[in-house]
Amino acid sequence: MCGIAGLIHRGKSSDVGSEMTAMLQSLKHRGPDSTGFALYGNPTEGQYIMRFKVAEQEDMKRGFDIHQAVIDRKAQVDSRLEEMGVNVVKKEQATEYSHRYTFSFDGDMRRMADFVEDIEGTEILSIGKGLELIKDLGDAGVVSEQYSLSGFQGTHAIGHTRMATESDVDIRSAHPYWAYPFNDVSVVHNGQLTNYWTFRREMERRGHRFMSNCDSELIAVYIADRMEAGDDLESAMRKSVDELDGVFTYLVATSDALGMAKDVMAAKPMVLYESDEFVGLASEEVAIRSVFPNEIKTWDPYEGEVRVWQA
Amino acid sequence: MASVEHKSHDMGLHAEQLSGRTQQRFFDASEDENFTYPWAHEVDFDNKAEFDAADMEPTDINLKIRELLQSGHGDITIKNPRAKHGVGVGILNRAKITYDGSLGYFGCGLIDGPNVHITGRVGWSCAENMMAGTVVIEGNGGSTFGAAIRGGDLVCKGDVGSRTGIDQKGGTIIVGGRTGAFSGFMMQRGRMVICGDAGKNLGDSMYDGTIYVGGEVEDLGVDCVPGDLTELDVKWLSHKLGMYGVSPSCGIENMKKFVAGKQLWNYDNLEPSEKKLVL
Repeated sequence: MCGIAGLIHRGKSSDVGSEMTAMLQSLKHRGPDSTGFALYGNPTEGQYIMRFKVAEQEDMKRGFDIHQAVIDRKAQVDSRLEEMGVNVVKKEQATEYSHRYTFSFDGDMRRMADFVEDIEGTEILSIGKGLELIKDLGDAGVVSEQYSLSGFQGTHAIGHTRMATESDVDIRSAHPYWAYPFNDVSVVHNGQLTNYWTFRREMERRGHRFMSNCDSELIAVYIADRMEAGDDLESAMRKSVDELDGVFTYLVATSDALGMAKDVMAAKPMVLYESDEFVGLASEEVAIRSVFPNEIKTWDPYEGEVRVWQA
Repeated sequence: MASVEHKSHDMGLHAEQLSGRTQQRFFDASEDENFTYPWAHEVDFDNKAEFDAADMEPTDINLKIRELLQSGHGDITIKNPRAKHGVGVGILNRAKITYDGSLGYFGCGLIDGPNVHITGRVGWSCAENMMAGTVVIEGNGGSTFGAAIRGGDLVCKGDVGSRTGIDQKGGTIIVGGRTGAFSGFMMQRGRMVICGDAGKNLGDSMYDGTIYVGGEVEDLGVDCVPGDLTELDVKWLSHKLGMYGVSPSCGIENMKKFVAGKQLWNYDNLEPSEKKLVL
């Protein structure tokens, strides 16, 4: 089933970490397998933030060697970043197997990302000026506490509670998806894409890489590919409604915008609240009520509808 | 006085076997209007009660409503339902129930008798399988609004989502605003009134029933055909819409009417072996 949620503050920052945690926790019943956040903070000029992991959570329960392995892999990451000329200004460890680095770099970002991901068990969850992507097994409260998301100041966020139907229960298959190596584009999705393999092969021929076998990853890659070809976010999303087949509702975020798209059958739910200061969307109204307990006017977007809001 | 069958045919229906108290009053006076379930509670409509549901689980909200009905309260207000799911389902009792706020999925499903007023919005599948009574929503509604209702009046004064009245088997659905795609899909009986626009595939594969639309229709589904708006239609629409204070901007006499073409499905005239071929 899965639950998705998004919010955007227009013209101001807020504690989007706590707000998204509340929204996703209220959608826990739609998918307890994993929870993911794409939070858009306030960027610092010339700096990027990279979130990466060097093992899956379930790997940590398999034997004693893994604990030393994650230390060795992290050292390899540091070594390769130095070799690439990356200037890491801050290193933070979120869990035993995941890290948050702040860095500056003016080289080839894709080459750097490929070099880092070449290390066994290592996956870059996100690189961005504003985007920070956090995902792990467990409900929103557990993941939020584990990664200290409460108090995260930013303009917008999207999130996902996953009920695994198309692929495994692991971090790799958890949403949101980042359109590697395109900075700051992330996607959460509720539904099934029936022409996934056709499009995946097309995207792979164009040089895109897929980290999972989850159909939702295709949307992130598709949007990034169209935007790279010159489309703006809204145009790319409108094309996706025509070209992607299946039943879906998805949210996409960039460094300064939040968008939603619904398939032509409108088979997957979405409730929307919009005011001059704030836009909130979720699979169920109960998620919006978790941040707006008072009465507000909400509605369902219609079939084939695409909307984009600027921060 | 025209027979039930005659009135039904005049309004575009091929068969009319409605059930539920609200419809019986209009169409079949011989049915016992005072029918109640043996386990229904005797309530006093002047006996009012109110409680705050902000911190309650849906199950506890529903149990509290039943407790109040059991103790004779006929006018119950539930404050802060906060869009919780499955609230107010399965109430088989006459009572006046007000939800001061919004309901989530499946709100007021399977009810038979109460007069419900919701001041906020409702989520997907509001009043699914409703049998009798009234549900009036001041805000907007989600998709599959009134799915498979069998009787009563279900009214949303705002807009609703897609697949409104899917598998409707009786009763009346009234939408003050617009509705999305596939509204009236596989409709079997009853009436649907959309004061605003209707999305694509209106009335797709409908068996019977009548759909009235005040605004634009994006397109009609398979076997949904225009019908003639009769004087009886206008009289009935004026009565019903007047009851709930909604009206189409085009005026009732200019509403469009749609019925089943009966070219796709016609179970009444098919032998079992032929049904297999159709299905």
